[in-house]
Amino acid sequence: MAFSATVHFPQRQKGLLIPTGLFINNRFVASSDGSTIKAINPATEEVICEVQSASAKDIDLAVDAARKAFTTTWGKHVTPTERARLMFKLADLMQRDQQQLADLESLNNGKPNRFARDADIGDSIACLRYYAGWADKNYGQYIELDEQQKFAFTKHEPIGVCGQIIPWNYPIQMWAWKVGPALATGCTIVMKPSELTPLTALKLCELVIEAGFPPGVINCVPSLGSVGGAALSAHPGVDKVAFTGSTITGRKIMEAAAKSNLKKVSLELGGKSPSIIFNSVDLDQAATWTAFGILWNSGQDCTAGSRLYVQEGIYDKFIKILVEKASQFKIASAWEDDVAGGPLISKAQFDKVWNYIEEGKREGAKCVLGGQKLAGKGYFVPPTIFVDVKPNMKIVKEEARACRIFGPVLSVAKFSTEEEGIALANDTTYGLAAAVHSNDQAQCNRVANALQAGTVWINAYCLLYNNVPFGGFKQSGIGRELGSYALHEYTSVKAVHWNFGEKLDWPL
Amino acid sequence: MAPTFSHTFNHPSYSGKVSFPVGLFIDGKFVDGSEGKLIDVLNPSNGKLIGQIAEASKADVDKAVAAAHTAFNESWGLKVPGFERGKLLIRLAELIEEHADALAAVEALDNGKAFAIAKSFDVTESAAVFRYYGGWADKLHGKVIETNPTKFGYTTHEPIGVVGQIIPWNFPFMMAAWKLGPALACGNTVVLKPSEFTPLSALYLCQLINEAGFPHGVVNILNGYGSTVGAAIAEHMGIEKVAFTGSTLVGRSIMKAAANSNLKKVTLELGGKSPNIIFDDADIEQAIRWTAFGMFFNHGQCCCAGSRVYVQASIYDKFVEQFKAHVQTLKVGDPFDKETFQGPQVSQIQFDRIMGYIEHGKEAGATVALGGKRHGTEGYFIEPTVFTDVKPEMKIVQEEIFGPVVVLAKFEDEDDIVHQANDTVYGLAAAVFSSNVSRALTVAQRLRAGTVWVNHYNKLHPQIPFGGFKQSGIGRELGKYALANYTNVKAVQVNLTDKL
Repeated sequence: MAFSATVHFPQRQKGLLIPTGLFINNRFVASSDGSTIKAINPATEEVICEVQSASAKDIDLAVDAARKAFTTTWGKHVTPTERARLMFKLADLMQRDQQQLADLESLNNGKPNRFARDADIGDSIACLRYYAGWADKNYGQYIELDEQQKFAFTKHEPIGVCGQIIPWNYPIQMWAWKVGPALATGCTIVMKPSELTPLTALKLCELVIEAGFPPGVINCVPSLGSVGGAALSAHPGVDKVAFTGSTITGRKIMEAAAKSNLKKVSLELGGKSPSIIFNSVDLDQAATWTAFGILWNSGQDCTAGSRLYVQEGIYDKFIKILVEKASQFKIASAWEDDVAGGPLISKAQFDKVWNYIEEGKREGAKCVLGGQKLAGKGYFVPPTIFVDVKPNMKIVKEEARACRIFGPVLSVAKFSTEEEGIALANDTTYGLAAAVHSNDQAQCNRVANALQAGTVWINAYCLLYNNVPFGGFKQSGIGRELGSYALHEYTSVKAVHWNFGEKLDWPL
Repeated sequence: MAPTFSHTFNHPSYSGKVSFPVGLFIDGKFVDGSEGKLIDVLNPSNGKLIGQIAEASKADVDKAVAAAHTAFNESWGLKVPGFERGKLLIRLAELIEEHADALAAVEALDNGKAFAIAKSFDVTESAAVFRYYGGWADKLHGKVIETNPTKFGYTTHEPIGVVGQIIPWNFPFMMAAWKLGPALACGNTVVLKPSEFTPLSALYLCQLINEAGFPHGVVNILNGYGSTVGAAIAEHMGIEKVAFTGSTLVGRSIMKAAANSNLKKVTLELGGKSPNIIFDDADIEQAIRWTAFGMFFNHGQCCCAGSRVYVQASIYDKFVEQFKAHVQTLKVGDPFDKETFQGPQVSQIQFDRIMGYIEHGKEAGATVALGGKRHGTEGYFIEPTVFTDVKPEMKIVQEEIFGPVVVLAKFEDEDDIVHQANDTVYGLAAAVFSSNVSRALTVAQRLRAGTVWVNHYNKLHPQIPFGGFKQSGIGRELGKYALANYTNVKAVQVNLTDKL
């Protein structure tokens, strides 16, 4: 293979040969300006290998390939049944290579190997199967008008060439969430994986070839956001752009879409998601879910439950249990046995998180867990909890900031009444997720209704499912992923009015 | 020891040996019938015995229902998420594809349909149907319904429970797929009775059901007679829904039995006498090919067969001549001969019945334009038969023959033909041939049938619903619509703040 590298994993005998070229038209090719990206291992801070990095010209080539496929071998030129068949095949191949893909994911992203395999990739395989099942079920409507003369119907057509820009926190899973509904509806794809985690996206493209997708249906071009991402958002040949990442980049993408060809835009952006714990809870369970909610993926989750409001009646008791739960969450190398969270993804993220932690201390928040830098290599941040946080502290409010704390850092504050809890929770420009913990069923309903968030967990956190939609209120995003709702994002509705009997009088 | 069916095939189109258990399939195991009885399986190509299968009694139906009930409560139903059910259905589709040759051969041997057609159509479409419903299993959404702020209301779409399914002999394997697919996707457990004339392919499927990993008791397959096993299913107090495909006569008795027992839900796919309408601006050559396909496919043994063909007067004579010439090119013969289009009818009973209708037609004064006789000297083969000079009140025009016998008649204009076409107690299918799309669609609007084909015939898809108006049936199969047959809707209304 022309552009490839062999990577090695701790605890594995054999190395793995991986592609490192840009994936366009089912081939791995060079970047047109020779630029490359270094893929880093965040646990060791070492370079794993280099991959080709797409320039604006390569984006043009990828978009052309996707357009050609859309008008000849995909789009309306492929049956829904065939789309489903290929997607099921791709899912089967991912399942076959599940461990291998998990190893590569852990190497480049740092997440625990068992979670990469069983959670991230397990869910991704299920996601592709879920959307394969939708491929032949995207019904239009038949709409009665005047039976004697005319009728109308809607066709649910694929939008066309879709640019998809995905983040580094769940590289394979974000790939699946985007690819699934786009392929099911008949769209073709130019995917730009994060420059921090390009390796598994490219490895998956080998399976795309093996599954039998026609060339150009899926193209995958790692690139810097400012180069490839910007080019896709502004490209006149792209009919729709879907982005998951920071709010600030989301704004740029929407602006570029507006200025270019008014391409459709869907965005999954940040969150500063609140959990509200009421006096009536099972303390142990609530503390467990809360710890899970901020520590899963080392806090690098757009829905991370980073703001915690605990009702005053249980505040001290709850904090005690929470601190204990959080201290049991082992953050270490992906390959250790009982590791639950890995390092942060990069030095840049690592520095940002430590700045916040220092800021929190300076503003007077009390640090009851973590908050101290660890010795040794790797971008590891221990579980960190600040209590007695005030609403105006920077670690709680961040409109002024470029991005959120994307790490295992929790801020806790007290509240007294339900109204106060709700007000504190909703006091944010974000609206991605929220949680209410209470044993009072009517309270659960009231609070869930009042919370301004796209996902509300009642007595739980963090768990998402392929068949339940996901997305943000307010500045957390536009549109929904997952569930049947994701299909709307990749569908253009055409209304056809069929006249077979009406003749116009003329002049009117 | 439950009986086994073994057969060695030795044909250019397929050679191989099959051997599989043909006991009753209850709770994942093959067992003898409780009365130790067996049913003969005959090869319709020559009338000879090819094997015997276990026959179920009423007591065996009770056992199967008990197994299905336990499975529903413990290892299926609401205990297994839709996604897992879907995975198993998709795995079953894959296994069917892996065993396509053997399944098609068994079907051709048992039913008499051409091996090539059994493989490219029956078995292929069956796998497609399982795969289609596998995709639905985790998409059975209820609704959340806003009324007023005091209430949180939503619906759940739950499985019904143990369902009984009784299927016919014309598409033995495919009818099992049409029934099992949606029932299992929705989380029901099943007691299924294949036709005693064509039990083999469903029994072969049982092994694949085990191999795919369905928990024991989820699918139970019992062979037996309509009057014993079929009746036992229709009357059973432990079965909450029955689905039947077959004759209108038997459909009535099933509905009666359901009413008299526990008011189990009933869906029926019954007979038809479907009109095929050819206008003078049709592409005649294409119309002829589709018309022949619409009637003679599967040896005329299709509930939706276009068995009444109406040709507009100005092209009638030309149509009849060319149609006869075309029909004579359809080869009747050995199912394993790759040239064969039409094999034997399924049984002696059917053969006699069809020949009886042909005699009626002759006696009533209709003209035998083609065929009208037995084909060959062994097996249940009948020549493709065309009657002309028919009158609406003739038995051969009114009643479903279910064999390769078509009646051709003339019509003048649209109003005339819509009246003639709709003048039947049936309403399963219909077709319109015309190059004028406005005319085709207007006529389609006026036809009282569950499927209306424009410019073709006899093409179905897993995604598009199928079922009858009027006495052709109740409910729809295929498509999303079939899910409704296997769903109980529960409305949950939660009071948030209302106090008395």
